[in-house]
Amino acid sequence: MKTAALTAKQLGLVSCHDCHHLSQRPQLTDDQQAYCPRCGAALHQRTPNSIARTWALVFAALILYVPANLLPMTISTTLGDQQSDTILSGVIYFMHEGSLGIALVIFVASIFVPMMKILILSFLLLSVQFRSRWRPRDRTRLYRLTDVVGRWSMVDIYVVTIVVALVKLGAIGNIDAGPASGYFAALVVITMLAAESFDPRLIWDALEERDD
Amino acid sequence: MPLIACHQCDLVHQLPPLSGRATARCTRCRAVLVRAKPNSIDRTLALLLAGVILFSVACSFPFLGLRSGGVMQETALLTGVKTLYQQGMPGLSVLVLMTCILIPLAQMLGLLYVLAPLKFDRTAPFANRVFRWHRSLQPWGMMEVFMLGILIALIKLGEMATIIPGISLGAFALLIFVLAAMLTVLDPHQVWLRLEEER
Repeated sequence: MKTAALTAKQLGLVSCHDCHHLSQRPQLTDDQQAYCPRCGAALHQRTPNSIARTWALVFAALILYVPANLLPMTISTTLGDQQSDTILSGVIYFMHEGSLGIALVIFVASIFVPMMKILILSFLLLSVQFRSRWRPRDRTRLYRLTDVVGRWSMVDIYVVTIVVALVKLGAIGNIDAGPASGYFAALVVITMLAAESFDPRLIWDALEERDD
Repeated sequence: MPLIACHQCDLVHQLPPLSGRATARCTRCRAVLVRAKPNSIDRTLALLLAGVILFSVACSFPFLGLRSGGVMQETALLTGVKTLYQQGMPGLSVLVLMTCILIPLAQMLGLLYVLAPLKFDRTAPFANRVFRWHRSLQPWGMMEVFMLGILIALIKLGEMATIIPGISLGAFALLIFVLAAMLTVLDPHQVWLRLEEER
């Protein structure tokens, strides 16, 4: 494939975030907004306030990570006996039962991935802010990974939803969703929003700046 | 040749005509620029119709049953959502309802609204807007994650009681594969070009 070796920004073009249509960058005053001629999305050369917004969401996620992991995810009652389970105690339960595979899935999806997303996004943000030129392709790949993998963290919320529906007063007792489930769901949603608000093109902007 | 900018590193490329199932990648960051898919609109529509039928089956029959001793507990797809709401977790309940039911449904209907007229060389009003929404909702429809959740929950409960899978569960499992297949045959680039042409 032929490469023009220039970015849309350098050519005075804007690539639509939603439909990838390339259009001329219009001359606008501050209170005007350009829209994509093909799909009608608001046009921006780079996601507006990407760094500040992503930092805010990353910090919010970091705060939510604590109650999500420390508070009980489910509270089960069997014959008057109450037992609270956190995410980690669920993982340990499956390990004791011999279902190592499931223990691993829950550990990776609920504990490892959210923390990795927070760390990777912080790293990417810092690298962009320090105008790093270090391995931009690998950093973009890291971003793609965080973006794709994030939604799978929701799996524990769905396990709780199903368990709660099936185990109601009767057969084997009762299971209620614990307070951690709300914090955890918010954590997953916020890390997904954080990944969406980070603009990977910022990684590459540092390279062009010094080339000019 | 038309120009396209990589949406991950902003490098501008000339896009040659792609044949068969060729994939064009960014020369700098290796992100996929465009992936050509033959017969995209016809195939997507076929899978989409199958998806809508499976979805209505999944919503109208028993989902899962649980039997322990003489007691039988039966649930529908929406029971979990209702239970969470009753347990004082309205936010969580709405989130599950949105990500597993409403968003996937809206996505299917939206896509049908865009593609069915295109098949007959017409465009529906606001088709470009609807297709844009369809694309941006993509990460938020999480049926396949829900399916993984079902499997884990069943293993968790399987030791304590007998699980009786319902018709709805089968339809739901099939739906996951149909939707996954639909996403691999859908060619958004081609849809955008068609929408531009027909206007």
